This record gives sequence, C-alpha cells and structure tokens, in this order.
Amino acid sequence: MIRLPMILFFSAFLFSAGVYGVLVRRNAVMILMAIELMLNAVNVNLVGFSASLRAMSGQVFALFIIAVAAAEVGIGLAIVILLFRNRESINIDEASQLKW
Amino acid sequence: MTGQEYAFIVLAAVGSLSAIATVTARNVVHAALYLVVTLSSVGAVYLLLGAEFVAWVQILIYVGAIVILFLFGLMLTKAPIGRDSLDNQHPWVGGVVGFGVFAGLAWLIQDAFPFADSVASPGFRGSTQAVGQAIFHSYVLPFEAVSFLLLAALIGAVVLARKDDEP
Amino acid sequence: MVGAETVTVAVGAASGLLKYTWIIALLPVISAALTLFFGKRTPGKGAVYGIAALAASWVLSILVLWHFVQGGGAQASQVDWFNVGPFHLQLGQYIDGLCAVMLVVVTSVSLCVHVYSLGYMHGDKRFTWFYFVLSMFTAAMLDVVIAPNLFQLLIGWEVMGICSYLLIGHWWEEKENSNASIKAFITTRIGDVPFMFGIFALIAATGFKTSNITDISGMIQAHQISGGVAAVAAILLFGGTIGKSAQFPLHVWLPDAMAGPTPVSALIHAATMVAAGVYLVGRMYTVFIGADAWVLQTVSIIGAITMLGAALLALVQNDIKRVLAYSTLSQLAYMVAVMGAGPAGRNAAFFHLFTHAFFKALLFLGAGSVIHAVHSNNMSDMGGLRKFMPVTFITFVIGSLALAGVFPLAGFWSKDELLVSAYDGHQWLFVIMVVTAVLTAFYTMRMVWLTFFGTYDGHGHPHESPRSMTSPLVFLGAATVGVGFLGSPLIHAPFFKWVYFGQPEAVHFVPWIALLGTVAALGGIGVAYLMYKEKREKDPLEGRLGPLWGVFQHRYYIDAFYMRAIIYPIRDTCSAGVYWFNQTVLDGFVNGMAALARGVSTMVYWFDRNVIDGAVNALGMGAEESGGLLKYLQSGNVQWYAVVLFVGVIALTIIFVRA
Repeated sequence: MIRLPMILFFSAFLFSAGVYGVLVRRNAVMILMAIELMLNAVNVNLVGFSASLRAMSGQVFALFIIAVAAAEVGIGLAIVILLFRNRESINIDEASQLKW
Repeated sequence: MTGQEYAFIVLAAVGSLSAIATVTARNVVHAALYLVVTLSSVGAVYLLLGAEFVAWVQILIYVGAIVILFLFGLMLTKAPIGRDSLDNQHPWVGGVVGFGVFAGLAWLIQDAFPFADSVASPGFRGSTQAVGQAIFHSYVLPFEAVSFLLLAALIGAVVLARKDDEP
Repeated sequence: MVGAETVTVAVGAASGLLKYTWIIALLPVISAALTLFFGKRTPGKGAVYGIAALAASWVLSILVLWHFVQGGGAQASQVDWFNVGPFHLQLGQYIDGLCAVMLVVVTSVSLCVHVYSLGYMHGDKRFTWFYFVLSMFTAAMLDVVIAPNLFQLLIGWEVMGICSYLLIGHWWEEKENSNASIKAFITTRIGDVPFMFGIFALIAATGFKTSNITDISGMIQAHQISGGVAAVAAILLFGGTIGKSAQFPLHVWLPDAMAGPTPVSALIHAATMVAAGVYLVGRMYTVFIGADAWVLQTVSIIGAITMLGAALLALVQNDIKRVLAYSTLSQLAYMVAVMGAGPAGRNAAFFHLFTHAFFKALLFLGAGSVIHAVHSNNMSDMGGLRKFMPVTFITFVIGSLALAGVFPLAGFWSKDELLVSAYDGHQWLFVIMVVTAVLTAFYTMRMVWLTFFGTYDGHGHPHESPRSMTSPLVFLGAATVGVGFLGSPLIHAPFFKWVYFGQPEAVHFVPWIALLGTVAALGGIGVAYLMYKEKREKDPLEGRLGPLWGVFQHRYYIDAFYMRAIIYPIRDTCSAGVYWFNQTVLDGFVNGMAALARGVSTMVYWFDRNVIDGAVNALGMGAEESGGLLKYLQSGNVQWYAVVLFVGVIALTIIFVRA
C-alpha cells in the first residue's frame, strides 16, 4: 500500500499552503478557505495513520473534524457578512481596531 | 512502488498544485474552484487509503456544501478581483513562514518516520460498517457533542448574520 | 473535577445548618444567572430574583449568626478541586463568628441596596444588567467571606474588582464615568499584584502544600514559617488591602468611584468591597502577628496617614457623595490603623467595620435619596431639605450622628473600642484618632447643615423619595441605633464573644476615653454649627484655611502627580512606540532602514537631551525606546499576530524535537 511518510508529506504540504494563505490573503473569505486547507491536511494525517495503524478512531475523528469545519465555516461566513455590513469591506488588514 | 503509490503521487501532485493555486489565485471564484479540485483529490486519497465513508462525506460536505457556502459568501460580500486587492502588502512574510512551517514539518516527519525505513503496509479497508460501529459504540458522547455544536453554530450564524430590525 | 469525597472537620458543636452556609453565597449567583437570562422577560425587569435571593440569604445569615450567639464553634468543610503535585486546592467554607457577622453585614446591606435600587434606578435603560452585576458582586463578596483558602478568596476578590468596574462605569456614556471606572480598576489592580505575590509567598512557605488559611495560621503559630517570611507575605498581602480598601497611596480611586450610581456607592464603596481589604487583614491576622514587628507598625502608619489626610479633604468637598467617600476612607483607615495595634485592635476594628457598614450605607442611601430629589450632587444646590424630605432627614441625621460618634448610636460604641485599643497599643495613634474624630464630627455636621438646614437653593421642587427607597433607610436607621449595643460594655459586649482572636477577652470600659470621644464629637459638631449657622456666599472654611484650601481642593496634588509622573509618560511613550513600529515593520525593508536611521538619530537626540536637560528627560526618552520594542506586540493587524504565532510554533517544534 501507500507508505506513511508520503501521506504525511502531502499533509504537511497542504498545511503549509494553508498557513501561507492565512498569512497572505486580505480577503476574509479567502482566509477561511485557507483554514479549510489546513483542516484537510489534518484529516489526511488522521486517515493516513488510521490506515497505517489499522485503527478506526482516526477516521472517526476525521468525520468529527469535517463536522466541526462545517460549523466553523457557517459561523465564519456569518461573521464575514456582519463585517461587510458594518465596514463595506472584508479586508482584514483594514479591520485593525483590535488594539489599544 | 505499488500501483496505489503511483496513483497517490498523481493525486497528491494535483491536490498540492491546486492548493497552491487556491492561495495564490487572483480571482476569488477561481480560488474557490481550485479548492474544489484540492478537496476532491483529498477525497480520492481517502478512497485509496480505504476510508470510503470519510471519502464520500468529504465529497458531500466539503465539495457539496462548504464550497457552495464560500461561493455564497463571495457573492454576498462583492469580493474584488485582482491580485493587489487580494493579498496584503507583505506576502514574502507569509511565504517565509509558510515555507518554514513546511520545512519544520518535513524535518519532523523525516525524524519520526524515516522514509528509508518505511514499508508499504498491507491493505486496510475501513468499511462504513466499521466506522458506524466505532462512532455509535465508543464515540457516542463526542458524536452528540458534535451534533450539539452544529446546532449551536446554526443558531449562532443566524443570530450573527440576521439584520436587526431595531437600530 | 470536583472530587466526590467531602471532608468535614467540625470544630466544637457545629449545628446541621452550618454545613450549608455556602448556600448563602450560591443564592446570589443563581439569581444573577436568572436575571441575566430571563430578567428582561420577567415583570419588573428581573429585580425580583436578586431581592428574593438576598432575602433568603439574609434569613440564612441570621440563622448562622444565631449558632454563634448560642456559643457554637467554628466549622470548616471542603471538597477537592484539583491537585498540582503536592498542592491540594479545595473549595469549601470556613465559618466562624467573624464570618457570620460579615455574612449578616453583607446580606443586610446588599438587600437594602437591592430594594432601594428599585426606586433609584427606576427607568434606567440597563436596569436588568445593573441587577445582574449587583447580585454577582454580592456573591463574590460572600465568597471572600466564607473562603477557607487563599485561592477561593482571590477568586471572589477579583470578581468583585470586575463588578466594581462595571458598576462604577454603569453610565459609561459620559467619559468622566468610564474614566473613573478605569481608574478604580487599574488602581486596585496595582494593589492586587502584591496581593497575589503574597499568596504565592505563603503557599511557597508551606512547601507548596496548601493555601488553606487555617493550616497556614497553624504553621505560623508552630514557627514552621519564620517571622521574616511571614513579614514579606504580610506586607504583600497588605498591598491588596491598600488597593481594595483605598488606603494611602492607592486611595485615589475611591472618591472618583462616586461617579457610579449611588446605591453602588453604598454597597461597594461603603459597606462591602472596601471592607474586604480590612477583612483580609483580620482573616490573615496570624500572619501579621507572626511577622516581624515592623509590619504591624507599617499598617498603623499607613492607616494614620490615610485617616487624617482623608478627614481633612472631606472638610472642603462640595459634592455630598465625595464628603461621604472621604469619610469612608478615613473610617476604613481607623480600622486599618487599629488593626496594627494588636489583637484587641483587630476585634475593635471588626466591630467598627460592622457598625460602620450600617451607618455608612444609611448615609449613602440617604444622600442618594437627596440626589434623587434635587438632581444634583452639590451641596450648594441643596439646603432646607428637612421640610421636604422628613424620612430622609431623620435617618440621615441618625447616620451622621453615628458617624460623628455621639452616644448612644453605633458609631460611639465602636469608636470607643477603637480608641481604647489604640491607647493600649500606640499612643501616638490615639492622638491622631482623637484629632480625626473632631474633624469627622465637623465635616459631618457641615454636610448635614448644608443639605438639610437653611433655605433651599436649587431648582425644581424636591419631594420625598418613593417607599422602596425610604424603607431601606428606615431599616438601616433602626440598625444604626441598635447594633452599637452589641459591643457595648453595658450588656457585656456579646459581639466580642463571637469575634475574637485566640480566646475571647473581656471588654474593658475606660470612662475618660469615652468622655474624650464624646467631647471630641460634640466639639466638632459645635464648631461646625457656629461656623455654618448663618448662610454665606462663600464657605467660611475657605477664608480660615487660607492656602490649605487650595491644597485640599486639589487632593494634595496626588492625583495630578500620578497623572503627570506615571500615566502620561507611559501612555505617550507607548503610543509613540506603537507608531514607530507601524512605520518600520509594516512598510517594509526600505522604511525599516529609514527607521533604523531614525532610531540612531533618536539616540543622538536622546544623548543631546540627556546632556542638556538632565535625568528627567532621560527617563522619558528611555521609556520611548522600550515602548518602541513593545510595539511589536500591538499592531492591531491580526495576520501579523498569526505570523508571530506560527514562528513561535516552528521555534517550539525545533526546541522540543532537539530536546
């Protein structure tokens, strides 16, 4: 079958791409997409280990993470829409009032 | 190298490239479509790994629902198109950090699971039945917690995004 | 998680009810939750929950006190909360006579304030929220009272701090009010830092085993903790008292805290929260006694400075609530100072705390009633109100006479006990206390005269307050007359059979000190009467005090000094530093080079200024440079925070994998 390090490298790459997206994108929706990439990377890891260790729990947790991700996107987009309604822009570098 | 590994490499390459495209695309809708490709190839990887239920859930929820939500979000917020307005002023910082994260993880993986030592394990098939038994046997409580979380998220999203009638 | 096992240590004959004293503290929490979640939908906007819970707590407190009236012993019970290594943290209660008395004080005053607020806060747009915070605050104070260990005490202590912040700034739309709340919060925080370190010091002294107050006291009495360590811990703990009870030099927040609604002033800034500081010293008294002698002397000196300083400031105030605020400072300082005079002083201080809570709450609520009627805090807008507000007038006069220390009201008996203890302890303190007593009587009389006598100067038609406001006044007025006798030697002072340190000791009555106290009170009242009996344009004190008047009006310039010497430099350098960072890091490498050049030139400039303008400027510019470094933390750009986060993760990964 597939050797574990290959899966882990794929997962690491997806995660890093997500990190890059979170750090670079200004558009809040794009940041949410990048977060989804990171969550997917975690899922790949979990499923990969599940296959490697021949244990079911990895897949169960992957399912839970998918459910949590759905909740996160729902709330995240609600916040983004609220942000847009209040500021006419969803560029998060403009929403920098989180300081003294 | 087995046939499955070749298939995996192809899928991983497609997924990785479209992941890069997702975070660099100049057009927000294109980015969402690249995300579909990444998510689908991740789903296919799940199939290869014998996790068929997770794979179909991945396609149904991620590709079917979440990406649609993203597209709605983009539509409702009139996202602008063009690289300058999509990225912030210091993309190189993100690049350095992103590469640093990848390098760190790669080093970690190589440290913990040396590629040379790894052997291709025999096939494993996590059937839907087994997943169901695990969820409703060992993980009933977390499952209920997740369903409650989804309910809370639903209500929260409605409360947040609703237009207030009174000022 | 909470362990299921309950450890009950009953000392003496603990009645069945005593085990459940914690319910008294729990009831306000429940009412707070009900108010928060269902308050707006309840008829009456949710006030009913707080009032019902406090009434129940009050009844239970009386029952608990009854146990001690009958001569019952102390009771402790607790459940495990969590363990960290050898350190066991527990939740529970420790109830002795002192706690029982405090429970009665807190629930009585809080109940009165809850009822009173029905009228005072009527129609307020955050009425429900007000009641929520009020209940939460009461619960926190009750937690402090029953806490068996320092951690539980700290929890209540901090919740009180935040509730106080919320209540002082209740009308935050006005900048002045929100400033006052921030000032109160930060100032008390400054005291809380040494307080926390004091707790850590005591826990460390026990070998990281326990934070239980009884255990720590036992170890100190057994000399397992040296006097030097106890001294450090005691002085650090006293820092908390200085902040919470508003003693010099952290007294500045209390007068400003009068920006809050008047019921809040009555509850927090007269009867309970500020009393928590005094209570802390009394509760940890073994630490203070076991410490080197200089600690108690410091306590007395701080108390003496605050006592006299605050009484002098109260002379010149025009705002009726500020007069009361300064008198609160002064009376709290009485307690603190006498605490430093030995165990008898501790008990006398608690007796004064007990009586003071009633009459000061009465005075604040009375002042609130007056303010409600004339819509102004200034005594120059009042006068002649006795005709319009008879109930307020009579109760206010009772409270004032009690504050002045006139026989046979509560203040007389407790002040007498304080004077006796001070005379036995430090005689210099005794002299200061007598002088302060004269001043107290003087400003009290001045306040009463300017408010209720003479002719009415304000606008509009003052009227008596609604029943919900006058009935607490009557209740507290009756209490003010009555509670003093509990510590009176005439009936063998039952109070001191409940509240004692070590063993109960007989209270001795010294006739000449009682006479001196009465003369001081009547003297102060008489002088004030002569000075204010005729109405004048200008305050007659202004001429007599000369330049001191200005000094008092500016509160000895202490507030101004804090602003100029501490707050402005920090604020300005931080904002300068923040700006500097924004300009350098975010604008990229080119601007970074420019900023470097600027930094160099700043340093040249700094050197220049240092040589020319000397050390004062050097300090400021040095702070600016360090502020520039702090700026890294606060750009407001969330993505920058994420960058720092991930860099930190990478660094940690490398460190941990290497190790």
